[in-house]
This record gives sequence, structure tokens and C-alpha cells, in this order.
Amino acid sequence: MPGRVEIRNIRKAYGSFLALDDVSLDIAPGEFLTLLGPSGSGKTTLLNVLAGFVRPDSGSITIDGAEFLLLPPHKRNLGMVFQNYALFPHMSVRRNVGYPLRLRGVSGAELDRRVEEALGLVQMAHLADRGVNALSGGQRQRVALARAIVFEPSILLMDEPLSALDKKLREHMQLELKRLHDRLGTTTVYVTHDQREALTLSDRIAVVNGGKIVQLGTPDEIYDRPKNKFVADFIGETRFLPVETGASGALLYGRPLRTRDDWKGATGEKPWLVIRPERLRWKGDESQTANRIEAETTDIIYQGDSYLITVRMPDGAELDLRRGPDLGGKDLPERGQPIQLWLDREHTILVADKS
Amino acid sequence: MLHRPATETQITHFQRLWLYMLVALVFAFLIIPCLIVIPMSFSGSKYLEFPPRSWSLQWYEAYLGSSEWRAATFVSLRAALLTTIFATTFGTLAAYGISRAYGAASSLARGVFMLPMLVPLILVAIGCFLVYAKIGLNGTTTGLVMAHTVLALPFVVIAVLSGLASYDMNQERVAQSLGASRPWAFLTVTLPQIRLSVMSGALFAFVTSFDEVVIALFISGGQNATLTRLMFANIRDQIDPTVAAISSLLIGLSIILLVGSHLLRGREDRK
Repeated sequence: MPGRVEIRNIRKAYGSFLALDDVSLDIAPGEFLTLLGPSGSGKTTLLNVLAGFVRPDSGSITIDGAEFLLLPPHKRNLGMVFQNYALFPHMSVRRNVGYPLRLRGVSGAELDRRVEEALGLVQMAHLADRGVNALSGGQRQRVALARAIVFEPSILLMDEPLSALDKKLREHMQLELKRLHDRLGTTTVYVTHDQREALTLSDRIAVVNGGKIVQLGTPDEIYDRPKNKFVADFIGETRFLPVETGASGALLYGRPLRTRDDWKGATGEKPWLVIRPERLRWKGDESQTANRIEAETTDIIYQGDSYLITVRMPDGAELDLRRGPDLGGKDLPERGQPIQLWLDREHTILVADKS
Repeated sequence: MLHRPATETQITHFQRLWLYMLVALVFAFLIIPCLIVIPMSFSGSKYLEFPPRSWSLQWYEAYLGSSEWRAATFVSLRAALLTTIFATTFGTLAAYGISRAYGAASSLARGVFMLPMLVPLILVAIGCFLVYAKIGLNGTTTGLVMAHTVLALPFVVIAVLSGLASYDMNQERVAQSLGASRPWAFLTVTLPQIRLSVMSGALFAFVTSFDEVVIALFISGGQNATLTRLMFANIRDQIDPTVAAISSLLIGLSIILLVGSHLLRGREDRK
């Protein structure tokens, strides 16, 4: 199966700014890999290096064993979808999708058949003869997608393709993208800054920051086993509490903390406890003193699908916890009252500032 | 009627009367000098006069019947067409380069391309004349077209730059990723979308060359005298209404070109 990408030691500097700092990454054939990071992290630069629009200072990229680094974009045979769709407004939907095929000398019935097929895959066959200006955002993105897959590229590159759509459509398109990928099996490199989108779509996620891949793993590895404070902070509604390490193990506000993994940080490095609102329990076993947090309820906010309860720690730090609305309002803590919270051991994760 | 509001802001037409009158005056100053020449061209007199005391078509006959005028017209048309081709090609490429480049190089290039508009025409003319005298380009079509191309370049660059300003360069990148080489991506994706700007630049280039008189006075002559040069000489030596007849024809030509491009544009917008 074609579509194996090997990225080796890619470096790219703009003046004194290091956009890509010795990035290496292997992408398996058929894999859906997401580059996730804040803006300016280097994820788009890396995508543009793959596409051939940015020439790195050093490194190597091979696709199915062939070196791509010096190949101009039009000889790479990669499908690319841009954030703003970049459809050609002077061509109809059909001509847009046919463009890459005509460049490859496909014509006549073969051209029509393949254009129809690609448009069918994205459910746009019925609008083939429209002008692209008459389409909605979601339809445009579908056409852009059809145009990027119609010539059966070995790799599909997508640069925040859904970020211009509203939330509901975005979530719908995520599912469609996932199904399309399952069906075509094209190796896909997807850039986004939306962590939920990355978790939804990806086989693996590469979290990028400061021109480096900070962590590479499956969505549950990234979410449940963040390597450092940056990753934990970037994914989920994460709060951090400072943890002391003593001879008897980790301590949180003087209470013992049983963690999933032993703290292996370097000496002098401060561990942080990763707390996410949906992982905090309350009304647990009163006798359990480990992983117990004493706090005071400061706010209770009804958000429709859940309650968001804000609590204050002894040292003034604030935490959120989320609770489903299944029990109605009667079982909620009261504002201003003390509250006891527990963290299950498997969700008790310590991270350092840097890994 | 006058006291009805002109806009949502409740300002009445009466309160706006001064504005309407000012606009009417501006229009009058813009249009009348052009219109005055038309009745003069139908004059029956031997001299330029307004209003004419008698009417005739003799000056149109004088223009169309004269081999000298016809030759000059041909020289001007040929120079203008060649200028249009060169200035549009180079100007479009220059605008593309300027819009894609960043930083000081881009600003510098933009400045250099605007120079011909800023330097007094008479200096360009003298410069051309002195250089051409050394290399034997005075009185040649090549020399004239080169000088006019330089004059027309800024207009093309400005027109195409404004077209490129609203153009999304990502489209060209997409085209490249889909398999088009960069020149091909430009020709099939970028150019069709900025063609109205390119065409209006071309129109400016044509008019710049066709109307130009100062450089033509210096470097065109003999068999290669342009229409404007001949008109200028005619006014100086004879002052007969042939010039008015030619001017009227030129005004007609300009109106046709303008209306034509306007119609083209309208059809484009509806698509």
C-alpha cells in the first residue's frame, strides 16, 4: 500500500525564528495523522514543507522511499485542501474537480466518470454544474475535497479545512471526513488547532509546539497520558495543582496522592497534578483519605448538558468540575459550603513543566 | 419634491441643493472642453471658430483624404498597439512579482515602476532624444514603442496590482498542488481572474501611447511622425479645423472603447 511518509530532521529558520526544529516523523500508509498545536507552533510550516511550498534548511522527506525534498509542488502528486477552500471561482464545480485530471491528460468519458465519482463521494454530484460562488461553505469544502482526491494522490494534506465552518457543520464534516478516510484509505496529514477535532479524526496526533513535536500518540494516549504540562494544558479543560514530593511519595496540600505512574521527574523539577473537570468525583468514600481534595464551592453554573461547579482550594486556586444533569438540581453542592472531591488513581497524572 | 428626504438621514434635497450645483459645475468643466470641439469640426470656415457660422464636412474630408494624415494615423495606431502588447505583458509580470515579493525589494521595485509617472515628461523626452541620437533610434518605430512602453508601464502595474490585491494567492498554490507548474497555474487560474484589471491596464497603455505628444515631438519625425505630432504641427502652422475633426473622431473612439469595456464588465459581473 503506498503512502508511507518519512520525515527526517527537518529544520527551517526564518531569520532568528526557528519554525521547525529538527522534526522527524514517520507516517504509516493509510494513517490519519493530525498535527495539533497553537498558531505559530510550526504545524502549518511542516505541512507546507510536505507540500513543497516551503523549502527547509536541512533534512529529508521521503514518500514511499523516494526523496521529495527538492521536488517542486506540482510534481509531488499530493492532494491539498486549504482552510479557505481556494476553489477557482471562474470555473464550475465540475471544471474545478476536473482541473487536476486535465493536467494529467485525462479527457472525454474517463474525465467525466472520475469527476462524477469524486463528486459522488462527497455527495455533491447533483451540484456539478453550479458555479462555485453559488455554494455554501460546507459545499465548497466538499468540492475542494473532491478536487484533492479525484486524481488519487498518495497523500492528502489538509490545512485547517473546517475552521471556517460553524460548529454544527464542522462536527458533521468531521464525521464525513472520517468516513471518507475509512473508505479511501489515503494517508492523510491534517493540521488543526482544535483539540476536539484532532481527537475525533485522528489515528495518531502529533502535538506541535515551538517547532518541535512535543508528543506523538493515539488520541487516548495524548489525552490520558500527556507527557508534559504543555500537552496537558492544550488538550481538555485542564487545571493544574502544585504537588510536593516527599520521602513517602507525592503530597497534595499535605495529603497523600496515589498516582498512576511514579514521579520520575528530574531533581528540582516541580510536578503538577493534571485535573480535568470530568475526572473529578465528589460524594465518594468518606474514609478514603488518599487523593482527597478539600475545597469550597464558589459557583454552580447550569450549561444545559451539564453543571459546571467551581470550587476553591485552600490556597485560593480554583478548579472546575463537571457533572451530568441526570439527578436534576437536588443533589448539587451548595454555594459557599465545603466540598470533598476525589480523583481516581488512574486519572491522577503528574506532569513537569518540560519533558 | 425638494423637501423630501434624500436619504435615511432626513437631509432633504433642498438642503443638498448646493452639492448638486457643485457637482453640475464640476461635470460642466470636465465635459464642455471636449464637446466644444465637435461643433468646431463641422465648421464651414477656414479657421477654428466657435460657434461656427456655417456648417460643412470638409474637414473630415481633409483628414480622410490626406495621405499624410492617414500615414500618421497608421504610425500612431501601430505604436499604440505594440506599446499595449509590451507594456501589458511586462506590467502584468511586474505587478505579479511585486505582489508576491516581500519587504524592501518589493517596495523598491514598486517605486521604480512608478518613476515614469513622476518624472516630468519633458525630461524623459530629452533623455530619450539624446540617447537615441547616439544609437540611431530617433525617428524609428522601435524607439517610439520603447519610450511609450516605459510611459505606459506604471498604469498597467497599478491596474494589475489592484486586481491582485483582492486575489487569493492560495488558489495558485492549490493549482500547483494539483499538478500545475507555476507558469501554468498563473495562466489558467490567476490570469483569468485578473483579466479585467489586465484589460483596463491595456486600455490605459493604448491611450497613453496614442495620446502622447511630448516624446513624439522629440523622437518621431519624417515617415514615422505620429498623429499627435502632426496635429501639433498643424495647430502651430495652419490652425485649420482638421484638428477639430480628428479630435472629434478620437473622442468618438474613446467613448466606444469605454462603453465597450463597460459592457464587457457588466457581462462579467452577471456571470
